[in-house]
Amino acid sequence: MKEDSAQDFITEEYLLNMGPQHPATHGVLRLVLRMDGENILDLVPDLGYLHRGFEKIAENRTYKQFLPFTDRLDYLAGMFNNHVYCLAVEKLLKITVPPRAEYIRVLVSELNRIASHLVWFGPFAMDLGAITPFLYAFREREMIIDLLESVSGQRLTYSYFRIGGVAQDLPDDFIVQAKAFCEYFKPKVDEYDTLLSKNIIFIKRTKNIGVLPKELAIDYGCSGPVLRGSGVAYDVRKNEPYSVYKDLSFDIPVGTIGDSLDRYNVRIEEMRQSVRIIEQVLEKLPGGEIMAAVPKVVKPAPGEAYARIEAPRGDFGFFIVSDGSDKPYRLKIRAPSFSNLSVLPELVKGLKISDVLAVFGSIDIVLGDVDR
Amino acid sequence: MITVCVSYMFNLVSLFDLISNLLLNVWMNIGLPVILFELIKKFVVAGVMFGLLSVTVMFLIWLERRICARFQSRVGPNRVGFQGFLQPVADAIKLLAKENIVPQDADRLVHFLAPPIVFTAAFTAYLCMPFGPGLIALDINLGILYIFSITTLGVMGILLAGWGSNNKYSLLGGMRSVAQIVSYEIPLILSVLGVVMLTNTLKITEIVDAQKSFFDWFIFRQPLAFIIYLIAGTAELNRTPFDIPEAESELTGGYHTEYSGIRFSMFFLAEFTNMFMVSAIATSIFLGGWHGFGFLPPYVWFFVKCFAVVFLLIWFRWTFPRMRFDQLMDLGWKALTPLAFVNIFLTGIMIFIK
Repeated sequence: MKEDSAQDFITEEYLLNMGPQHPATHGVLRLVLRMDGENILDLVPDLGYLHRGFEKIAENRTYKQFLPFTDRLDYLAGMFNNHVYCLAVEKLLKITVPPRAEYIRVLVSELNRIASHLVWFGPFAMDLGAITPFLYAFREREMIIDLLESVSGQRLTYSYFRIGGVAQDLPDDFIVQAKAFCEYFKPKVDEYDTLLSKNIIFIKRTKNIGVLPKELAIDYGCSGPVLRGSGVAYDVRKNEPYSVYKDLSFDIPVGTIGDSLDRYNVRIEEMRQSVRIIEQVLEKLPGGEIMAAVPKVVKPAPGEAYARIEAPRGDFGFFIVSDGSDKPYRLKIRAPSFSNLSVLPELVKGLKISDVLAVFGSIDIVLGDVDR
Repeated sequence: MITVCVSYMFNLVSLFDLISNLLLNVWMNIGLPVILFELIKKFVVAGVMFGLLSVTVMFLIWLERRICARFQSRVGPNRVGFQGFLQPVADAIKLLAKENIVPQDADRLVHFLAPPIVFTAAFTAYLCMPFGPGLIALDINLGILYIFSITTLGVMGILLAGWGSNNKYSLLGGMRSVAQIVSYEIPLILSVLGVVMLTNTLKITEIVDAQKSFFDWFIFRQPLAFIIYLIAGTAELNRTPFDIPEAESELTGGYHTEYSGIRFSMFFLAEFTNMFMVSAIATSIFLGGWHGFGFLPPYVWFFVKCFAVVFLLIWFRWTFPRMRFDQLMDLGWKALTPLAFVNIFLTGIMIFIK
């Protein structure tokens, strides 16, 4: 009799489809979860909903024409996309960018990094159920966006960089306003700490959740805060300094065990470090030209170049092969979000469905970057 | 004249009696049976209470939206009516005009029944809630027990909603909700039990009467119970940090994902009605009910205290992140329930010593 009743109570595994329209997938990502009740047995990310074929488009555009397309890759960090593309083409052309342009590039990039991290911070808190930090983050981001708008005329897809420099010089009051922003922003990060980072519920939700060991992170090619959260102090800005980063002093925050909380703390600290960089750049900003002498038609000699930078989401690379014409023969984008996302199935096995969001949010992907 | 008006303001019961007697006289003169009058009177009272509650809930929705807007450095709704007072009305009209979508392959009957159950459970609980001296629809001996049992009935509606929607997210939400409400019902009732032991009654009016002066409020004599009650009450309401059944970022809304139009608004109204209920119980049992500090009518004091508790709940919601399901269960079973038992034990010792 007893055995019968035990057999009557059969549990089933089921598939749960998260996305492509789901409030927590931040874009059009589809996650297929194999579940046993609330526990996750397996997760398969289904990509490609935002695939626009940029690598192929590049082969049909001249070097200068392709620049605005790069903005749409990681659309939260347009400046970085511009930067890495310009670096790659400049390597092909063997152009040296004037120092003022380099400093302006770093300045707007770091501002953009803060903005991008804020867009991660708010929704991450929202995934965990705290709605207020979301609005706080966007309040501060608005000021950065205004600053970047005054420089480039755009609020999201900047296209501000040019091959050999930047499009135009900084507006007159930019330095004053950027300094004011830095002063305003520093206490705000502490406010986020009091609101969220030190909240016991938040810590319970993220500590020891989604632990990414050092070796696994390296094996999967993770980079950026995901890698640094696991305790690897690897940052392209330090390890292979580009632009003027070797003249600036800043720290690389690293985590210890690589859980969601570590990745969170790394990003929060990075915002502080970015403010530090911005302040130094504002002090050191040299005068002079903002554009190098670049030919009207960009026709690099046959060859290839790979440029990489530290984008907010990690190691961002462009590989360009030139056949001597005015269009790239082949262009390959190394997107940090793609590699970082690939590690997600490893992290969530055996966790609860609520933890998927704590892990997924802490990885911080942008679908434009994943799908390209 | 003014003094009479003021005295009636302070004593609504005599005003109601006055009106009722006047009407009864007219009724008798026409020559209709008294029993019919009593029946109609009951319906009118129920209607008035329902209307009053609906207005309170509407105000509550407005209040929550405005307060949370302030927390988030926004302005909040301020266009419809004075300072946006009519925003909930506009929202309600919008919801009424919307289509009632029933998902394909849903269990139609279950899907249909769920919202009215939740809604009715939320509103009928007020039957035994004293808003002021004598301002109670039905003063039964088991008042507290009645309220807790009726509010718990709402969970059945939530489960039905989760099951009937034929949606995995809804089902997960419904299951979570049942587990949560059933587990938190225990510390909730146990926390109130300490007060019941002190007053020797389950009748809410008598409990309120036991707290006439400020220092008699049970929040001072039963502080632990009040904290347990507040936490368990928040969990009962499915509000952040315990809004796990809804968890919009995980379950896209949980059990009411598949509801739209008026049925959704029933869930929505029930949620806010329950929220006011939790504050009303807290007020009656721990904060002295309608007993105030003079100069305002008792029922105004009652509402003032209720909204103070409501403010606390709103504050919780817009500050904290959400807990995870197993952590929530741990908190309920491993922390709150034992603590509630400790509280009862201590109360027992206190009574024994006295």
